[in-house]
Amino acid sequence: MEFFAQQFINGLTLGSIYGLIAIGYTMVFGIIGMVNFAHGDVFMVSAFIALIAFLILTTWLGLSSVALVFLIVLVIAMALTALWGWAIERVAYRPLRGSFRLAPLISAIGVSIFLSNFVQVVQGARNKPVPPLVRDVVVLYQNEQYTVTLSYKQAIIMITTAVLLAGFWYLVQKTPFGRAQRAVEQDRRMAALLGINVDRTISLTFVLGAALAAVAGTLYLLYYGVVSFSDGFVPGVKAFTAAVLGGIGSLPGAVIGGIIIGLIETFWSAYFSIEYKDVAAFLILIVVLIFKPSGILGRPEVEKV
Amino acid sequence: MASGSTTPIAATARAEASLLPGLIKDAGLFALVTLGLCVPIVSYRTDLGQGIGLVITSRWGTVFALCAAIFVLRLVQQLYLTGRARRRAARAPVVEGASRLAAILAPITLVVALTLPLLASLLTGSLGEGRYWIDLGILILTYVMLGWGLNIVVGLAGLLDLGYVAFYAVGAYSYALLSTVFGLSFWICLPLAGLFAAAFGVLLGFPVLRLRGDYLAIVTLAFGEIIRLVLINWTDFSGGAAGISSIPRVSFFGLPFTAGENGFAATFGLSFNAMHRLVFLYYLILVLALVTNLVTLRMRRLPLGRAWEALREDEIACRSLGIDTTITKLTAFALGAMFAGFAGSFFAVRQAFVSPESFNFLESAIILAIVVLGGMGSQIGVAIAAIVMIGGPELLRNLGFLKAVFGEGFDPNEYRLLLFGLAMVAMMVFRPRGLISERTPSVTIAERGR
Repeated sequence: MEFFAQQFINGLTLGSIYGLIAIGYTMVFGIIGMVNFAHGDVFMVSAFIALIAFLILTTWLGLSSVALVFLIVLVIAMALTALWGWAIERVAYRPLRGSFRLAPLISAIGVSIFLSNFVQVVQGARNKPVPPLVRDVVVLYQNEQYTVTLSYKQAIIMITTAVLLAGFWYLVQKTPFGRAQRAVEQDRRMAALLGINVDRTISLTFVLGAALAAVAGTLYLLYYGVVSFSDGFVPGVKAFTAAVLGGIGSLPGAVIGGIIIGLIETFWSAYFSIEYKDVAAFLILIVVLIFKPSGILGRPEVEKV
Repeated sequence: MASGSTTPIAATARAEASLLPGLIKDAGLFALVTLGLCVPIVSYRTDLGQGIGLVITSRWGTVFALCAAIFVLRLVQQLYLTGRARRRAARAPVVEGASRLAAILAPITLVVALTLPLLASLLTGSLGEGRYWIDLGILILTYVMLGWGLNIVVGLAGLLDLGYVAFYAVGAYSYALLSTVFGLSFWICLPLAGLFAAAFGVLLGFPVLRLRGDYLAIVTLAFGEIIRLVLINWTDFSGGAAGISSIPRVSFFGLPFTAGENGFAATFGLSFNAMHRLVFLYYLILVLALVTNLVTLRMRRLPLGRAWEALREDEIACRSLGIDTTITKLTAFALGAMFAGFAGSFFAVRQAFVSPESFNFLESAIILAIVVLGGMGSQIGVAIAAIVMIGGPELLRNLGFLKAVFGEGFDPNEYRLLLFGLAMVAMMVFRPRGLISERTPSVTIAERGR
């Protein structure tokens, strides 16, 4: 039971990160109906930006306040990754509206290959470790054999995720931008006729998705303390799985899906075999896509002529 | 009209002059964004230092060089585009050039491919000296074959398969296991490998082919990764990450390429040369690739092939015309998988070693990039894309002056995938229907003249 509780906490942490990335997939899919294959690599780029910002702040500027460093790194990573998201949409996806069906996906695969190899060229192929920022743990429960702990890291990850999701939910539900975004999602042409700047709305969607991926990237770096150029692919696929599982196009679905995937992965590693944990995630993806492509909270899709 | 013939040109020249500040501003904006993108990921490089932790070095020079390059490129592109718009207005567009180029390139490529071992040995002095070129030829032809195989799935049937390399792996492991465990010869294993791969294609295809395009792509990707992860982790079956080594070499339909009494050289009265095996491998993959091409070309004329192309153009229309989309997709998938299986068993017999790392997602992406750059559906396009993308970096590596320009440690292979990615995006943005030739349906209604 203690083991289970500990794994549950670990799974929840991992799931928060997946959920943050999954929002980027789900929003983009909702608004322009494409699988943004490069999103996982945007996440990886953000982790690198966070890594470098962290190193500059701690070694060159000598900041020692953990909370301050974390906040500054988070803001820098979000801002710069958002720029990446904007630029990618502008260069690789916007010219393709109205092109043939698979063009955006192929372009996204191209961006994905470009990003991972770009980072490999400019930062080198080796793993980049950072010293742990926070080490403390809170003991939640203790008996002779086992201790259930919640590390500060995990708490930070869950709290940051919760706060950002609340803010994000507010943004989409209550602000003019959110209304515009939902309108474009429902009917792009009608939205344009009603005076919504469709291009800008789509751009902003990419910017927001990238910013949330940057949060995930920063938290990932905080949690694992290491990042490499190839780290975008597998978390990207898992987050996409989460988005599909939760019902692609649905924001709460993405978070729920992320948490489910995080829990499944953690429990699978703990109780079955750690070698096959990625196989588990991929299998879930295949099974969900085949049997329930609309996911938990999604609307079934109707194909129109 | 007559009097107005000079003024429009003068007017456009004036308009262009007034456009220039705008263009510079636009290019400047591009450079500024590049600067933003480069901070801090290019400007500060992190390396593992002597002690613990990472060491940062700044590289602002590189950043500014990049920004300047982007500025110039954007300016040139904009100037070219405005210039082209003016030329377009002046005369009718020329579209025939590309297909005429393809018609000339195809026979030349074929003749060079057929005589490559001869050419290589003539140009370098002896067969042994030409080894590098024949090796490179084998590598390129393997990708040409994979590209043609994937072309059936992506180019003809319009199904995006991101896990194509899984079938390649099935073929390679089929031969590796059948020959090392059961001692079967390559010539028995080759068709078996194709069959196994096709069976896997059907197995995967059956449940997933009713999915919409991009979901299908993701499922095939997941399938490919599962195959690779199983090969890594199921050590008893596949040898795990270490792979399978000492796979038996190819024989000349039963005659081994050895110096001994019953060897290939002795039987045909030739003096033994280790290169015979390599030349034979070269022609083997050439024949396999040409068979792939021939089958594809014939299929395009059969009702099934027509159905593939119809499916690619419009699935709903296909269904309403009574085409069984499942069977149509499944055959494309299985046929594509079969050729990957052949290529895989060739790969295993050539390397005499297989390991899961040869079959990662990147490999699928490279094959897909070849098909996309070749113009999805065009046979000669795929072949030329494979030559350029696989052979190009190899050749660039041997060029001395690049090292002089970019410094001693310059290795074009490092930038190969980066350029692949950029090229894929550029293709989709600028020439989505193919660089070398156009992806035309085999039959069209004349009036619409697509």
